[in-house]
Order: sequence, then C-alpha cells, then structure tokens
Amino acid sequence: MASASAPARGRAPARDVAGLGVGRAFGFVAPAFLLIGAFLIFPAVWTIYIGITNYRLTGVEAVSPSIVGLSNYTKALNDALFHNALWLTLVFVLGSAIIGQNILGFTLAWILRRTRPAVRRTVEAFTLLAWILPSTVVAYLWVAFYDRDGGTLNSLLGTQGTAWLIDYPMACLVVFNTWRGTAFSMMLYSSALQAVPPSQLESARMVGASGWQTLRDVVFPHIRGHVLTNTLLISLWTANDFSPFLLTKGGPNHESETVPVYIYNVALQGGELGYSSAISFLLLIANLLVSLVYLRLLRRRS
Amino acid sequence: MRSLSRLTTAGVLGAAALALLTGCLGSSDSGNSGGQDANRNADAKTVELTIGSNSVKGGKSSAGATFLEDVLIPKFVAEQKGKGVDVTVKFQGDGSDDEVYKQKLSLDLSNKSGPDLFQIDGIWVGEFAQAGYIKPLTDTVGDAAKVNDWDGWKQIPESVQALGSYNGQRYGVPGGTDGRVLYFNKKLFQQAGLPADWQPKSWDDVISAGQALKKLPGVTPIQINAGTAMGEATTMQGILPLLVGTGATINTDGKWLGNTSQLRQVLDFYHQVYSTGLGDPVLQKEAKGRDKSFAEFAANKIGILGESDYFWRSVVEPKQGVAKMADRDSAVGWALIPASKPGGGVKGQDFVSMSGGGATVINPNTKFPQQAWELLQFMNSAEMVKASLDGAAKITQRSDVNSEVLASDPMLSFIAEKVLPITQFRPGLAEYPKVSAALQQATADVVAGKSTDAAATAYEKAVEAAAGSKDKVTSN
Repeated sequence: MASASAPARGRAPARDVAGLGVGRAFGFVAPAFLLIGAFLIFPAVWTIYIGITNYRLTGVEAVSPSIVGLSNYTKALNDALFHNALWLTLVFVLGSAIIGQNILGFTLAWILRRTRPAVRRTVEAFTLLAWILPSTVVAYLWVAFYDRDGGTLNSLLGTQGTAWLIDYPMACLVVFNTWRGTAFSMMLYSSALQAVPPSQLESARMVGASGWQTLRDVVFPHIRGHVLTNTLLISLWTANDFSPFLLTKGGPNHESETVPVYIYNVALQGGELGYSSAISFLLLIANLLVSLVYLRLLRRRS
Repeated sequence: MRSLSRLTTAGVLGAAALALLTGCLGSSDSGNSGGQDANRNADAKTVELTIGSNSVKGGKSSAGATFLEDVLIPKFVAEQKGKGVDVTVKFQGDGSDDEVYKQKLSLDLSNKSGPDLFQIDGIWVGEFAQAGYIKPLTDTVGDAAKVNDWDGWKQIPESVQALGSYNGQRYGVPGGTDGRVLYFNKKLFQQAGLPADWQPKSWDDVISAGQALKKLPGVTPIQINAGTAMGEATTMQGILPLLVGTGATINTDGKWLGNTSQLRQVLDFYHQVYSTGLGDPVLQKEAKGRDKSFAEFAANKIGILGESDYFWRSVVEPKQGVAKMADRDSAVGWALIPASKPGGGVKGQDFVSMSGGGATVINPNTKFPQQAWELLQFMNSAEMVKASLDGAAKITQRSDVNSEVLASDPMLSFIAEKVLPITQFRPGLAEYPKVSAALQQATADVVAGKSTDAAATAYEKAVEAAAGSKDKVTSN
C-alpha cells in the first residue's frame, strides 16, 4: 500500500478525505475491519486453506495435516454422493424457494391486498409465526405431521401406514420449507404491491385486460426488482438450510441429503474436515455465481 | 486504482491469515522423545497432578466430575499427606462433544503437554498408541513388576482389560463398562406361547420366536438396529454382536473384514428379519428411529430388542427412563445373544456380546510418573470405584464392587457375571469410524431391498477406501 507521503511514480497519492491523515482514517475503520476480519475473512480463508489439506477431526492428520493440493476437489468431482447432494439441493431450492415460496407468497399478498387491514394483519401474523419459530421446533412438528403411526397427515388423508418422510422425502421437505418460508415472500410482496399505482390497474380493467395480462404488463414491471431480490435471498437461504437434517438426517439412503447435510455428515461422521471444507467452498462458489446472475438480471434495464 | 488497492488489502489479509494458520497447524513431531527416566521426581515432597476428563459439573457427565472434584481428589491428597507428600491435584473438566474433546487432547499430547492422567474412550486407545501419544503403563512407570503386581488387575475381567489395552499391552485402567443382550417383552411372549425364561441358542431360535410373535396383531417381533440413521447404535447393537456370533471379528491381525462369508451371513440375517415382516424396515430409516423403537417397546409393540444395559437403566427405567415402563421388573426379560449356532461364535463361544467403555491413562510426558501411577491405582481401588457410584447401580470394571453393588439388580448382575466374560470390544483404530459407517450402509442397503451380495460388494469397496489399500482387507 502506497503511503501518502511518498507516492509511487505515476500513481495518485491516497486522497486525504475530510482533512484526516490516512493513518487516522484507518484508526476509525479499524474496529469494523477487525470484526469483519475475525468473523468473516479469517474463517473463509481458513476454510479455503483447510480444503487443500488432509486435515481430519482425529488421528494423526488432526495434529500434523499435510497440504494435498486440489485432491479434495478432484475427489468431489468423482464423488457420486456429492453429485447427488448437489442435485437434491437444486430440487430443494427450485421446489420450495423459487416455485413454492415465491408463488404462494405472491398469491397470498395479492389476495390480501384488498382485504380489510384487520383480516390482513391476522393472516400475516399467523403466516409469520411459521417463519419466526425456531426451525428445530417447526421441524419436529412436521416430523409428527408426516409420521407413519398416528401422524396428522395420515389421519387427514386416511392413508394410514404411509411413511411420508421415508417414501417421499424430498417432496416432504419441499412442502415443509415452502410452508415455513412463505411468510417472508408474502410480506415482501405485500409492500411491493403498494407501489403499483391503482390508476394503472383501473385502466387495465377498463380496457378489459385479462388477469394474466394485467399481472404481466402492469404489476410485474413495478415489482420486478422485488421479485429478483426476494428470489435471490430465499434461494440462498434454502441452499444453505440445515433443517432437512432435522427431518430426515439426509436419509433414507441419501435420498434427501442436500449439500449442507452432506457437509455435516462428511465432517462429523467421517471426520474428514479437509474434504468437507472443500465442499463448503464449492457451495460458497455456487452461491456467489447464483448471486452474480441475479445481480446481472437486476441491473438490466427492462 | 481503487479496486487495485482493495485487492492488495485482501491479499495482505489473506497472506496474514495463511501465515497464522500454518502457524496454528504447524506440524509438530508426534513421536515421543522417549528415553525419559521413569523415576524422575519419584521422591518429590511437593507434587502437582492434573486429571483430565470429558465431564463437567452441572454439564456433561456431571456426577463423574463432581465425584472426582469433591470426593476423590481430597481423599487422595489426605492419603498422600499421611505419607508426608504435599500433593495438589487439579481437575481439568471439559464438556464438549467426544470428537472435539478427543481433538483437543490430541493437540495437547502432540505438543507434549496435557493432563497427567486423562480419561478416554476405550476405542481411542489404539489410535492414541499408534500416534505415540500414550505408552504402555510398564514403560511410563518404568517397572513392569510394579504395574503388574497391582492387586486391582485380578478384579478386572480379562475381557474388560481390553478396554485399556492395545496389541496385548496395558495402556491404562478401564473404567466402567456395559454389555449387550436381547431384551424381550414377557407379556407378548406369554401371548405368543413363548417361555418367560427364553434363552435362544442360535439365530434360528430368534427367528422362530419372531415368527410366533408375528401372529400378534400390531406387534413388531424383532428390532435389531439397522441403517445409517441410528449411527453407531446399528454397529454396536446389531452388526457386531451378530458378526462375533459367526466367529469373525471386524479387525483381525491388522486386517479389516471385507466381503467374507461371515459378513454375508450377518447381512442374510438382516435380510431374513426385514424382508419377512419380522422387523419394521421403515423404523430403520427414520431420523428418530431408535427413540421410536424405545417408545414402541415400552408400549408393548416390540417383542425382541437388542440393546445394552443402558436400555434397562435409562430407557425403560420406571421412574426416570426416557420410555418408562412401570412394570419393567416383571415385564422385561433378557437373554444372552446367541452365536449363529452353538459353538459358532468367536473363540468357539455359544453366546456373544459387545461392550464399550472408557479407560484412564497416564500421560507419558508427566513430570511425576510414579505419583500418577499411585493416583491411578487409588482411583481404581474398590473403595473409590464404589464411592463413584454414589448409590446408583452401574457396571463397574471391578468384579468385587459389582458383586456388592449390583446384588439388588438382577439385570445388571447378569451383565457383570454372564456377559462380561464373553464380550468383545471394538478395535480402537483410526479407520474404525469409516468402517463402521460402511457397515451401517450395508445394512441400510439390505433393509432397502438390495441383495446381500450387492450390499457386501459395495461395503468392501468402502472398506478398501477407508483402509487405504486392498491388502488391508480380508475377503473370501
């Protein structure tokens, strides 16, 4: 870093913002810098580093790990269970976040838009409960709901003896996560819809536009940013969500083992911290790529 | 420009972090310098010792920590004072997950530090010995006779001593232990026309009892743990007791058991139980399957269940169990786990079992090896072992204490007298957790309907990967 007093040739000296010396300016940002460094940058770098070693939870490699280059990554490339986890994570995100929570959340917001405030607030409060309750509590409620013996779902459908979580684990997880996360999308879209001018909706009605046309040509342009932001957020949350573990532990037979659950299983059951760190880093990269795509879409002028 | 300096900042930070990391993880030689004088400080008048344990007052294994701190240490200090030695003993408790505790300990030991005495899971002994973190007691104490003449050894069954041993050498003194049996519901047995003093002599006997129980509506005849969701419970309560019942052990002469006829025999038994309606395949796949099996047993819905004495003490226990059975004492029966056929078990045994438990070992780098050995003997004296129970009935390592404290509990006496002499322990090797996971997967495959051969083939592949090479795995 160039010091202010002796700028390198051809480089502008560091600007002295607001008359502070650069050193003092650094003093001001140091606390934040330290915090971010300690809790964000350091663990991230640590994870990347561990990912290129054969570090294990126990045994000789726990004490004197050696650097094994990219072999953890080549292992991931050939690891059928990891591919399975990636695929399941995609299903989970697509099903419960992009489709489930988004569509359900928007629909609820759209319906509630015209109801009396008292009704709207009541419905919002109840939906929000699902989102606020700790995931462990919610997960156990759903385990009981899906349960084969005396589960609520079987009583409702008269399908006694069906073990939903065993026979249809991913479908169960998608429904569970849709239910849990819809509230957030609903709240976001509720406020977004306030931005649609009523006059435009009125004119759309006058020219006899169908509901779909109104939605596409009048409503959507106003809330496009909201839709993208919301979809990005809930996708990332879902991709990193650990609650599938609480419902199925990734089972039966890896049928619901999403990437975060797989990382946990590799790290704690196999003790392979090196490999699990490498997979964690891959998940981070995937999340970053997804975020970049969304940001691109957001920036694009419609 | 700005992005450039930002990059530099990130780079510098990254480099700093890396430097820090490599510092933290800097490899240290895990070998031991050895050649230390075992009699160092033998005559010291001022002694400081530390006991390490994964227990903490008011947290994990609180009773154990409380006993060490409030009873054992003051008594030992007083005893030593009588000999004119001023001893200070510190208790270094921990209350973390076993794996985390193990890692902390490994790091300490590799840096030649750590407590003078520490408690570890018996399954870590081999691993720690291989890494050079612990040494045979006779090396640390320096005088083989001094170690071997301790009268406590006579009270600890040979089989239980295995908990603190590796390659036929004693590394530590075992703590309490447990044993596995087949529990059965006497009420259901009566309805099915089976005897109240049931004792199967072969796997076929177990199957035929299951078939009799199958006639009862709403009853799952047999619960033998399977699948990955139950984790180690599948290995310890299901696969391994069956495996030793075929005469094989999971690791023999440094080789892991691969796709052998004995393994296939075990998987065939699983197949028989779970494909003919004798067991409930769904329960083995549920995240909470084991807890559910406890609840079902307590609700008289399971006929036969393989478990350790923990089940008797803490699960169906009438007052505080997680699945209380008010009529436990009259309704729950137990039987030895039979070998596949009479005489077909390991060492030609008719009956088999598996046990686990911990051991207390001496840190080879202690400043006071002689005093540490004295403390270790003191900890494992009849008086102290009995005091550690604090009135509860639990299986200790010492036969003399067991016969006294278990007298009132027929089940625990049974474990101490009948099961411990025939029991086996898991091999304490670093690869074991992975092999265990592969075994669990094999049973999961069979329960899911895969053929025994396919499951065994996949298992062998996983074991070869865990062991690192084909020649560390036996197959036939």
